[in-house]
Amino acid sequence: MNSSDPLLRLRSVSIRFGGLTAVSGVDFEIASREMVGLIGPNGAGKTTVFNLITGVYQPTEGEIEFYAQSLIGLKPNALTRLGIARTFQNIRLFPSLSVFDNVRVAMQVRNPHGMLSALWRGKSFCAGEKVVEKSVMELLSIFHLEGMRSDAATSLPYGAQRRLEIVRALATAPRLLLLDEPAAGMNPAEKEELKELIRFIHEKFEIGILLVEHDMDVVMGVCERIVVLEYGKMIAAGSPEEIRDHRAVIEAYLGNKVEDDWNEEVADA
Amino acid sequence: MSLKGGKRWLLLGFLLAVFLSWVSGFLNPYDRGVWIDCGINVILAVSLNLILGYTGQFSLGHAGFMSVGGYTAAKLTLVTVALIPASFHPLAFVIACLLGGLAAAVAGLIVGIPSLRLRGDYLAIVTLGAGEIIRVIWQNTEAVGGASGLSGIPKSTTLGWTFAFAVLTIYVVLCLVNSTYGRGFIAVADDELAADAMGINPVRYKVTAFVVGAFFAGIAGALYAHHKQTIVPTGFDWLKSVDIVVMVILGGMGRTPGVIVAAILLTWLPEQLRVIADYRMIVYALLIILLMILRPQGLFTFKTRKGASVS
Repeated sequence: MNSSDPLLRLRSVSIRFGGLTAVSGVDFEIASREMVGLIGPNGAGKTTVFNLITGVYQPTEGEIEFYAQSLIGLKPNALTRLGIARTFQNIRLFPSLSVFDNVRVAMQVRNPHGMLSALWRGKSFCAGEKVVEKSVMELLSIFHLEGMRSDAATSLPYGAQRRLEIVRALATAPRLLLLDEPAAGMNPAEKEELKELIRFIHEKFEIGILLVEHDMDVVMGVCERIVVLEYGKMIAAGSPEEIRDHRAVIEAYLGNKVEDDWNEEVADA
Repeated sequence: MSLKGGKRWLLLGFLLAVFLSWVSGFLNPYDRGVWIDCGINVILAVSLNLILGYTGQFSLGHAGFMSVGGYTAAKLTLVTVALIPASFHPLAFVIACLLGGLAAAVAGLIVGIPSLRLRGDYLAIVTLGAGEIIRVIWQNTEAVGGASGLSGIPKSTTLGWTFAFAVLTIYVVLCLVNSTYGRGFIAVADDELAADAMGINPVRYKVTAFVVGAFFAGIAGALYAHHKQTIVPTGFDWLKSVDIVVMVILGGMGRTPGVIVAAILLTWLPEQLRVIADYRMIVYALLIILLMILRPQGLFTFKTRKGASVS
């Protein structure tokens, strides 16, 4: 691993489903500790790119690298072990586990104590479990969830469930966090909180974040760099200011005549 | 169960087993037999609970794994009983039980690796088929008696040994699940995709549950063979698997104490109903239907699983 290598690099990544090319020739990089947004209109291929990075799909062509190491052919759990964690668009917590256990289970990936050690229950196992408990509680209290440790995860309010899902992803000690439409289904107040939360995570944990998002306001508000997709192709990449004024992006989102609407939307951001 | 307390419970359980083997001398043979049946069914139900309850994999092949253990152990003791002096027979019996468990675990691995790619109903059908294949293999193997099975197996199973193995099964399942490692089993049952994204290898967890479950089913089979002294292939058909599944569902999926009570209850109940002769299986079935209507979450499920089980 070389420190000059980017955290994540996609090189002319394409995927075809039968005759349909869903994503073609996507090229972008995320530097370590960079916060990048991936946007595009409906059906642009955002989720497909997300699924390519997380190992759910394998690209037909091209290369995906994490610190210059190829990710092609790796299963999602292997990616998590390398240091890539994700959340889901429709929250997927473990419903029969408590808040505490939802986070605890994600710690397993960095926990050296396996099956035999759990059976033997020796000193090092007990010490290990204590360490896990302590780090789970630390994480929970950073995100103000410590009071709910024994509650069933799915009994939490919506905003707290989103937070818990992010906590669970952070418990795997990632270097790159992938957020799949975290603002989906949130009201404006919750979106404000979410923006704060994402900025906070970025500063506190010093990790790279890739935010796949529909909501212009959230993306413009938190990302340092934005990549825009349309019809499976990259049409623009740059700072929020550059994207805001980018002709191709405006046309992709609004067609080519209603620039006023666009200006209104980005003015909110 | 507390962290350090785990091994203490195991020791206590073994001491209780020694005590029970002394007590069993005062029981009449019929009662002793029923209690041994209870113990064997506890082992079967608790081990299936790891697969079905905690890991959420619907397996209908448990009787098949039980038969692998039963046949292996019975054949081993039948061969060795003539070769070694009588004082070593109990030792040979315990070793045969463990080897029976190992043979069943290997069978579990062979069945598990290809079939655990499937989920839900599909897995149920594949394991059902695997269990039937195992049974048909016994039926057509002359070395183990073919359709008439093995008989004249030494009566080595005692209440003490059955209890000791039941304690071991419960200890292993509870220790596995009550650890950071073991929460992965429940995560796989809840949401395989999310578990995978959290760095849990679902295939590995499922195969582990399958192999450990099959190991104890094999031990139960060995105890069963040395208790009944005769085993026939038809005794391990898929209806036997269904019996064990009923114990797990009735006790509460993933609730070990409930499953233990259900296993004992469902062994003891048909015996008590013998007075009404031919109608007993109807009453038994009706009781199961009634229980499922009144307590669909399982007999002994009172609250959700708490997260505070670390300390």
